[in-house]
Amino acid sequence: MVASNDEIRILTPSGMLGYGFPLDHFRLGLAQKPHAITIDSGSTDSGPQKLGLGEMTCSREAYMKDLEVLLEAQREAGIPLLISSAGGDGTNLHVDAFRNMIAEISRKRGWRFKLAKIYADIDKKHVVRELQAGRVEPLGPVPPLDPREVEAATVIVAQMGAEPFLKALAAEDVDVVVSGRAYDPAPTAAMAIRAGFDPALAWHMGKIMECGALCAEPVGRNVIGYLRHDHFEIEPLNPAERCTTASVAAHTLYEKTHPFLLAGPGGTLDLSNCTYEQVTDRRVRVSGSRFDPGTRYTVKLEGARTAGWRSIFIAGARDPIFIGQIDSTLDRVIAGAREYFSEVPQSSYRIIPHIYGKNGVMGDLEPVKTPAHELCIIVEVAAATQALATAICGKVRTSLMHSPYPGRIATAGNIASPFTPLEIPLGQACEFNVYHLMTVDDPTTLFPVRYEEIS
Amino acid sequence: MTFVPTPLRDIAKVVRSKNAGPFEITLDIIFKSKEDYEAVKRSGVITRELVSELYNVPTQAIITFGFFDLVNAVKITLPRPRPQGGIGETDMHAAQQHVPLQEIRVPWPAP
Repeated sequence: MVASNDEIRILTPSGMLGYGFPLDHFRLGLAQKPHAITIDSGSTDSGPQKLGLGEMTCSREAYMKDLEVLLEAQREAGIPLLISSAGGDGTNLHVDAFRNMIAEISRKRGWRFKLAKIYADIDKKHVVRELQAGRVEPLGPVPPLDPREVEAATVIVAQMGAEPFLKALAAEDVDVVVSGRAYDPAPTAAMAIRAGFDPALAWHMGKIMECGALCAEPVGRNVIGYLRHDHFEIEPLNPAERCTTASVAAHTLYEKTHPFLLAGPGGTLDLSNCTYEQVTDRRVRVSGSRFDPGTRYTVKLEGARTAGWRSIFIAGARDPIFIGQIDSTLDRVIAGAREYFSEVPQSSYRIIPHIYGKNGVMGDLEPVKTPAHELCIIVEVAAATQALATAICGKVRTSLMHSPYPGRIATAGNIASPFTPLEIPLGQACEFNVYHLMTVDDPTTLFPVRYEEIS
Repeated sequence: MTFVPTPLRDIAKVVRSKNAGPFEITLDIIFKSKEDYEAVKRSGVITRELVSELYNVPTQAIITFGFFDLVNAVKITLPRPRPQGGIGETDMHAAQQHVPLQEIRVPWPAP
C-alpha cells in the first residue's frame, strides 16, 4: 500500500524481535491499515559476546515465533515488513540466519516472499585504510582506534542509516527487508522519507517507535505512529496504555547520552524545540523536530574481541567474625593463589572478587560501608584457557574455605557452597574494542543489498 | 513552612540509571510536576561537583549534566568505569547505579 499524500502509518509490534508481543493489540494495529511494519532486533545492551562469539540476543525458537506472526501479517496486509539489526549484533552471519528462518517458515506454510537483505559487516582492511586516512574517530569516552584492535575484533559492523533501506525498497514488490546492523529508527524513518515526509519528523517518530510502546504509561509493546507533513502522532495499541505528553517527551531521555541531541548516521536530531500535545487521552501529537545533517556523513562502527576464558565460584558467608575481615582475608588468599601459580605470567590472568552484601553492585562507588549480616562472594577468574581459569578459581576457593584469620573459632570451613560444580566454567569472555565513528562518502556503499525470492 | 532535608527518592517520579552504549552510563531524575522540578533546581543541591563526588568522576569527564525544563528532568551521562560486559563487570545494563542519586537530600516542605 502506498502512503496517501498526507499521512503514513507505521506499526511496530515490539521494541525487540524475539521478545514476543500481544497478538490482540497487534491486530488492532493492523486494523488501522498501516503502510509498513517495522521491528528492530538489535542491541549492544546485553554485552559484547554477541559480536565476539557470534551469539544471537534471543533463541532461534523465539525468533521463529515472532517471525511467523509478522510474515503472516505482511502477506495479509500486503505491506512491507522491515527487520533491522538481525540477531542483535546485525552481522552478515545473523542476516543469513534470519533469511534461513524465514525460508523455513515459508516452506512450512507454502508462502512466497521477495526478500531484500542488507549486509553491514565491514572489511577490516577498509577500516584500517580509513583509520590511516584520519577518517575514524572515537565515539565518546573510547580510546583512539588501534589497528591491532581492528585485527583482534571477531567482526566489525557499521550502523546503517535510512539510505540503504531506501535503496533496498527501490526494487519492485519487496515484501520483507532484513538488515544487518542499523541505527534503530532507520526502517521507520526510511519508510516515511521514501513517502516524501520531513526527515526530522521521520527520525523522531522512528526514535520513539523503535522501543515499541516504551513511550506509554504503563510501558508496553505494540505502538502505531501517524506521520503527517508538519507533525506526527503516537499511540499505544493496548487500550490499557496511554501516551501522555510527559511520557512521550521523557522517552527520549531513555538510554540516551543527551535528552535533546540524538546523533545518528547522517546527522543529529534536535528535539529542543519540540511541542507535545495531548490529542486524545491516549494519543500525543509531536511537532517541531529538527534534523541537522552536519558537514559529513559518519557511521558508527561496532566490534568486540575475545578476552580469554572465565571461571567463577559462588559462596556464602554468614560468620560475623569472618565477614568483618573479608577484604584482608581475600587479599591474602588471592596473593597466595598468585604465588602458587608463579609459573603463569601475572599479567596473563585476573582474579576479581564480587562481594554481594558489601559492594557487589557498585564497587568503590558504594556509599554504604557496613557489610550485611551475610555475604555472597563470587570470585571471577579470567585466564588464557578454561582449564587454567578453573584451576586458579579452585585454588582461590579452597584457600578461602580453609584460610585462618584472626579470631577464627569456626575452624571447619569459612564459606557455604551452594552449587556443584564448585568452580563453574563460563566459557570465553569478550570485550567491546571498536566503538568509533567512520566518515563515509556515500551512505550506501558499505551496505550491499541482495534480493532473493523465498518460496 | 518548615523545610526538612528529604531524599530524592521521596520527591522524584523516576530516578534511574542505564547504559547508553557500551562506554557510557546515563542517569535520569524525572519529577512529578514542574513545581517540584523547579524547586529542586532552585535548591542548587544537584551540581556537577556533587555528581563528581558521588560517582568518583572528575567534573571535566562528565559527558552530559543538565536541568532540562521541557521534560522536568535532570540528565547526567558519565563514562563507565570499564567497557560494558567485559571482565570484572558488576552491572551489565548499569541498571542499579542510581542509588547515590536517590539519597541526595533537598530541603523540602515538612509533611
